[in-house]
Amino acid sequence: MVDPFFVALELVFQPYVLLVIVCSGAFGLLVGSIPGLTATMATALLVPVTFFMDPIPAIAAIVTTVATAIFAGDIPGALLRIPGTPASAAYCDEAFAMTRKGQASKALGVGLVCSVIGGLLGSAVLMAATSTLADFAFKFSSFEYFWLACLGLSCAVIVSTGSVIKGFASLLVGLFISTIGIDLMSGHPRFTFGSIELLGGVSFIPAMIGMFAISEILRFVATADHVRPQIPHQRVTSVFEGVGRVLSKYRWNLLRGSSLGALIGVLPGAGADIAAWVAYAVSKRTSKEKEKFGDGHAEGLVDASAANNAGLSGAWVPALVFGIPGDSVTAIAIGVLYMKGMNPGPMIFLENPQILNSVFIIFFVANLVLLPLGYLAIRLSTQMLKIPARMLMPAILLFCLVGSFAITNSVYGVIIMLVMGVLAFAMEENGFPIAPTILGIVLGGMLEEMFLSSMIKSDGNFLEFFSRPIAASLGVLTIAVWVYPIMTSLKGNITSQNRP
Amino acid sequence: MKLPIKIMRGGFLAAVAAFTLAGAAVAEYPERPVTLIVPWGAGGGTDATGRIIGNLLQEELGQPVNVVNRTGGSGVVGHSAIATAEPDGYTIGVVTVEIGMMHWAGLTDLTWEDYTPIALYNSDASGVNVRANSEWNTLEDVFAAVAANPGAHKGSGAGQGSIWHLALAGMLSGQGLAPNSVPWVPSKGGAPALQELVAGGVDIVTSSVVEASGLISAGRVKTLGVMSSQRLAAFPDVPTLVEANGPDWQMSAWRGIAGPAGLPDDVATKLSSAMEKVYNSVEFIDAMNDRGFGLNYLPSAKFSEWMQQSDAAMGIVMNAVGLAK
Repeated sequence: MVDPFFVALELVFQPYVLLVIVCSGAFGLLVGSIPGLTATMATALLVPVTFFMDPIPAIAAIVTTVATAIFAGDIPGALLRIPGTPASAAYCDEAFAMTRKGQASKALGVGLVCSVIGGLLGSAVLMAATSTLADFAFKFSSFEYFWLACLGLSCAVIVSTGSVIKGFASLLVGLFISTIGIDLMSGHPRFTFGSIELLGGVSFIPAMIGMFAISEILRFVATADHVRPQIPHQRVTSVFEGVGRVLSKYRWNLLRGSSLGALIGVLPGAGADIAAWVAYAVSKRTSKEKEKFGDGHAEGLVDASAANNAGLSGAWVPALVFGIPGDSVTAIAIGVLYMKGMNPGPMIFLENPQILNSVFIIFFVANLVLLPLGYLAIRLSTQMLKIPARMLMPAILLFCLVGSFAITNSVYGVIIMLVMGVLAFAMEENGFPIAPTILGIVLGGMLEEMFLSSMIKSDGNFLEFFSRPIAASLGVLTIAVWVYPIMTSLKGNITSQNRP
Repeated sequence: MKLPIKIMRGGFLAAVAAFTLAGAAVAEYPERPVTLIVPWGAGGGTDATGRIIGNLLQEELGQPVNVVNRTGGSGVVGHSAIATAEPDGYTIGVVTVEIGMMHWAGLTDLTWEDYTPIALYNSDASGVNVRANSEWNTLEDVFAAVAANPGAHKGSGAGQGSIWHLALAGMLSGQGLAPNSVPWVPSKGGAPALQELVAGGVDIVTSSVVEASGLISAGRVKTLGVMSSQRLAAFPDVPTLVEANGPDWQMSAWRGIAGPAGLPDDVATKLSSAMEKVYNSVEFIDAMNDRGFGLNYLPSAKFSEWMQQSDAAMGIVMNAVGLAK
């Protein structure tokens, strides 16, 4: 019997499939690098096309599009401060700070190479341990997710620059915004003031575009010409110049980010987004140069971009093994698989092992293709910075409007974007960081849902949060993360008081 | 990548043909792209079936059909968008079972009367799923355990007051048990609820059997009964509630195509006959069967009756189990 791995190799390495991979790669980069358009949208656009393809090219098209679109989302994030995905919001400010220092190419080059390496390592981990990881994912109930959300939220305060109190306040703003809309637990509308649109809550992507991009535009308009910070002329010598040095300096960060991404990424629902935030926070916490974070320091970028792409392949594990989609992209992919008569489930190991192997091989190839395509995209897009700001700003505004409209398919998205933009402008002018607000909006709903459903399940008994092994470990870890800074600052106070 | 172009070209030719046939007289509907609103998110069952229909309807109408997701508010946002659209046939949408539930829950004033029904195309009955290693092997075991220890076993499947919540509550009350003797743990949908079931967080999940099929074949979940009058073709081993000595109780989620109220007759007729052709096409039947979606067709007038009956039935159950406002 021929090893299914070699069958899979033969299935993937065909001119047609490779052509599909290259085309989808270019398509993914194009869609992903347009501010406001997302990887999910790119995938949904692909579905009618994949109807007419064989299973392998169909999967290849989806996988490649997603992998490249997620990286491409970093490009407007770094150049214009418009993050493409919730995951890239974690390190958007850091990359933009590098652009301000004239290092746009370096920021994107590091992001690209780390994404590729993270993606490759993530795929390797998955290939080696698909069923183990799938079993791990199925040990997570609402108790474990609750602690995971708590850990994610704690990252907000670690990640934010400046005053911890202001970071915390900003997080609370985000948590408040996440309570708007219909409450899943009771079915009650909250803070909707009779508006039908508000019933659906505050859409995340328009909020994110508003908070980052619109506030930036407002700041541009509000400052007088001569005091405006100029984005320095970028040296567009080579995208990869200096990347090698960064990578060898932070090779352990690369490995750590990738493993974190692969591990957290397999959890349905939470996945890659939390992975990037946690990786960035861990990076800052353990760094020898903490003070440089937020000021255009490449270290956090290495961790977070690697985690982002490593987590991406993780979402496919529960999808393929149990038919449980981890995010909307894999939900669409599951639909396509069903259409092709290949029902996801453990039977896929026995009936179609070559499919599973093909998915992993496609992940490898897609990540490799990302390198040259991403390089081209960076070279082309950094040209954008040569455009004078007074011409660039209106164009950005236009993209923001289109992107926000596209998410909700109504003016509602645009209104959210504008309101959040004004809010973010006011916050930043007064020294409140905005990243924690974003994280609050992303995780607030999950935190509340998981807490309440756990309380219903345990009939109101708090101790149940520590009654399961993984939940207990995560809980202890979370509390340690909270208590540690308080302890050290108390200790610091005592020593300074004791000093004569 | 070639084929879509061919289809577009086909669509273009068809449009040209239609135009020529209509001659210099008033241009016939549709003369520009049609929007199909899906009130639920990309990737879900309603989205998947909506996109299949969108593709096929495009060939029938000779104009592009754009599928647009208007999500949120437990379906209120998308359903409102369909009902309040201009009744010219250029905005239609997928209407789901929730249209007969939302107004009872006090979320909206919208009812089936705010729509021009075009066709029902799908219904999926709820299954009663438990963990594969659970000690319960029949529905009777479940009822016995619940009766002996009310409140101890938790159920899930979707949000509070959702169709799957009603499915569970109605089944319990049909069996003479209190509807809340299995407390409901709301979730975002079938997939996260099944994840909770396997992780040991809840004990019973009522959701369409199709949603659980991956886990059933994985040997992680078993389905003890299905809430329909006949066994499902795709799952012949699963007994109906009555066969499993349970109550005579049926509950299914359904999906249909509708436009805003007051659609002109010629437009409604054109859409209905196009939907009939789509429903009977091999592509549609294959696509629905492949994913395990139940096929159920009713033409315009019958669909209207169906919605009315569904609405009344939901009102009775929701009042009985205390979910109506």
